[in-house]
Amino acid sequence: MVELVWLLPALPLVGVALLVLFGRRMGEPASGWLATAMCTASFVVALVVFVGLVDQPEHTFEQVLWEWIPVGDFRVDVGFLLDPLSMAMALFITGVAALIHLYSIGYMHGDPRFPTFFLYLNLFVASMLVLVLGDNLLLTFVGWEGVGACSYFLISFWFERDENASAGKKAFITNRVGDWGFMVGTFATYFALGTISYTEFLPLAPGLAATTATFIAGMLFIGAIGKSAQIPLFIWLPDAMAGPTPVSALIHAATMVTAGVYLMCRISPVLGASYDWLPEVIAWVGVLTALVAAFAAMGQMDIKKALAYSTISQLGYMFLAVGVGAYWAAIFHMITHAFFKACLFLGSGSVIHGMHEEQDMRRMGGLRRFMPITAGTFIVATLAIAGVPPLSGFWSKDEILAYALQANPALYAVGLFTALLTAYYMSRVAIRTFYGEPRWPAFAAAGAGGGEPGAVEPEAAGLRVPAQAAAGAAGGLPTDADIAADPEPPHNEHLSADFVPHESPWTMTVPLVVLAGLSVVGGLLNLPISGMHFLEDWLEPVFALGDPAELGYSGATIVALLGVSTAVALAGVALAAYVWLWERFDGRRLEPAPFVRAWYVDRLITDFVGGPGEKGFEGIEAFDRVGIDGAVNDVGRLTRGASARIRVLQSGFLRTYALLIGVGSILLIAYVLTQVLVY
Amino acid sequence: MGNIDGAYLVLSALLFAIGGAGLLVRRNPLVQIMCIELMLNAVNLTFVTFGRMLNSITGQVVVFFVLVVAAAEVVVGLGIVVAVARRRPGATSDDISLLRG
Repeated sequence: MVELVWLLPALPLVGVALLVLFGRRMGEPASGWLATAMCTASFVVALVVFVGLVDQPEHTFEQVLWEWIPVGDFRVDVGFLLDPLSMAMALFITGVAALIHLYSIGYMHGDPRFPTFFLYLNLFVASMLVLVLGDNLLLTFVGWEGVGACSYFLISFWFERDENASAGKKAFITNRVGDWGFMVGTFATYFALGTISYTEFLPLAPGLAATTATFIAGMLFIGAIGKSAQIPLFIWLPDAMAGPTPVSALIHAATMVTAGVYLMCRISPVLGASYDWLPEVIAWVGVLTALVAAFAAMGQMDIKKALAYSTISQLGYMFLAVGVGAYWAAIFHMITHAFFKACLFLGSGSVIHGMHEEQDMRRMGGLRRFMPITAGTFIVATLAIAGVPPLSGFWSKDEILAYALQANPALYAVGLFTALLTAYYMSRVAIRTFYGEPRWPAFAAAGAGGGEPGAVEPEAAGLRVPAQAAAGAAGGLPTDADIAADPEPPHNEHLSADFVPHESPWTMTVPLVVLAGLSVVGGLLNLPISGMHFLEDWLEPVFALGDPAELGYSGATIVALLGVSTAVALAGVALAAYVWLWERFDGRRLEPAPFVRAWYVDRLITDFVGGPGEKGFEGIEAFDRVGIDGAVNDVGRLTRGASARIRVLQSGFLRTYALLIGVGSILLIAYVLTQVLVY
Repeated sequence: MGNIDGAYLVLSALLFAIGGAGLLVRRNPLVQIMCIELMLNAVNLTFVTFGRMLNSITGQVVVFFVLVVAAAEVVVGLGIVVAVARRRPGATSDDISLLRG
């Protein structure tokens, strides 16, 4: 049964082909159902393959489809490596993707490019599966670029608006910065070990010199930073929210952004052979990203931006786990995060859908009465990400924190504080969206009663929204003064005072309910009780060469840690309720400008690239022009100059040639004669 | 006998020099071809003489090859000369300089 593994990416690809050929004719909703069916079939195949893999020796199976690049000693095959790690990834990717496909049928209803959207979604799933299942670094890179391209297509899906198009470009370019590291890492692997196939080079990795291993792992980590939105390359992810919400859920929360974590887990033997400082750097990058992004999430008004920063923060936890050697805990958190974050994003999509494209939380409130299913699932997922027991996020986050404490108490302290912030900001989002009194009528009344004649014209009102959003997205970066001067959300002409939000259709609510259910029970994959370490035992052989950390804590310590985590999570929720539900404290004071602007990292990068960076790039460009192009041009000029001089000899006069031949012969004979006479 | 051999060699050297000088100083293509023939035959004479001196048949055999090649060359060369003369009467070899660099 494991031989069916090639079907996993092939089925979505068939979907892509069919949608390219017939998508427009099938229209809505048939094309959506086709894509969903292909993705679901892929999930079913994954289940079948999983059953087959359990019977395989060492739970590993490699399928070579064809020889791709045979060049001398360098050989790359197109083949799939099925082992516990890629199996776990493939299962949750296809499962979550199928649900999001179903959801998209409802969400994208009425969009003029409905079939195209599903084409991209299927293409994304196929690329992601190639990334995960590829049996060598190059094939993984193909998938890596494939998901990057799909991410670009889908972020700019509504490219009619400029800021969406630039958000797509920003995501793509930022990712390219990281991809450079991936490529250099691949080259270095080939130079050091002579092969880039996982099954061939990973067993050799422990024999690598520490410097080589550190270089390879460090370069691949740079690639992972770009893809998984870590410091300092996280700036693209909040802007990526310009895409349709199912895209944010699938690509920018559940699957693609975890590719970096997957890569780090995959090359864990190389990481194990590196100097000790590299994993430490990874852990610190992860935990600081988690902290910075959690602060940023506290200040967001846009519900999707808050979730985006929350995603960055959770990815930081996964890198923390990788850094402290708890690879399986990173995968565990990746899976539970896929459940609850997909649920949260789809929930926010449902809210946006029900509120007619309104994303600003200042206009929401009280929505649980209008959309009970969305509210219920959103709150469940919020509690899961906040780490409230016994939901899934509690178990996975606690594993990471326990390993962090064992590695370095400072990491644990930062991680625990971030957990407090996580519980706070996610509860803030849920409370401001679903609790309290509806706030949009007040805004609508204020907007209508302002007596401004221009507000009557729909064009004028409509134009203000893109202008404002454009400033926020894609590095336009309004200053603090802008924020202070405009505390009100941008005008939304859809929301009148008597507007009534509606619950979403069943295609959208069913995935919500399923994902909420998974967020609740996801922790069962791995409980810190002996005999219940299913995921850890399943993944263990993959990481055996990677020098994985062993948790040395006794039962009592673990229980104490669980208690601390519980207390922190509940404290965070209580703080949010105190500030936002009972309003005993002015919440504005918890949203200072540095939080809203994510510590100005975006601005710093913009300033650097536009200022000192530009000088550097110009220097490189000048070196290219003068040094490299100059060398090439000078060789050409030298040849031309020399031939202009030599050409004179070819006069076309026959007698000159004859004379030259004669003189040459005489010289030659004279030379031979002197040689003969000397001896 | 030996003295006569030396005389043959001197004669062929003279013929070769005359042919070479004619090739260089004359501009009429026809005359130049005749000069080339003169040089070739000077070489033939040398071959025969050496063949006789060294008591070897090889020298005479080589002469046949040279004659065949010379005949072929004259066919091609005269063809070109005639073609040029038809197109541009009175053309010298210096006028045919299309191959100039």
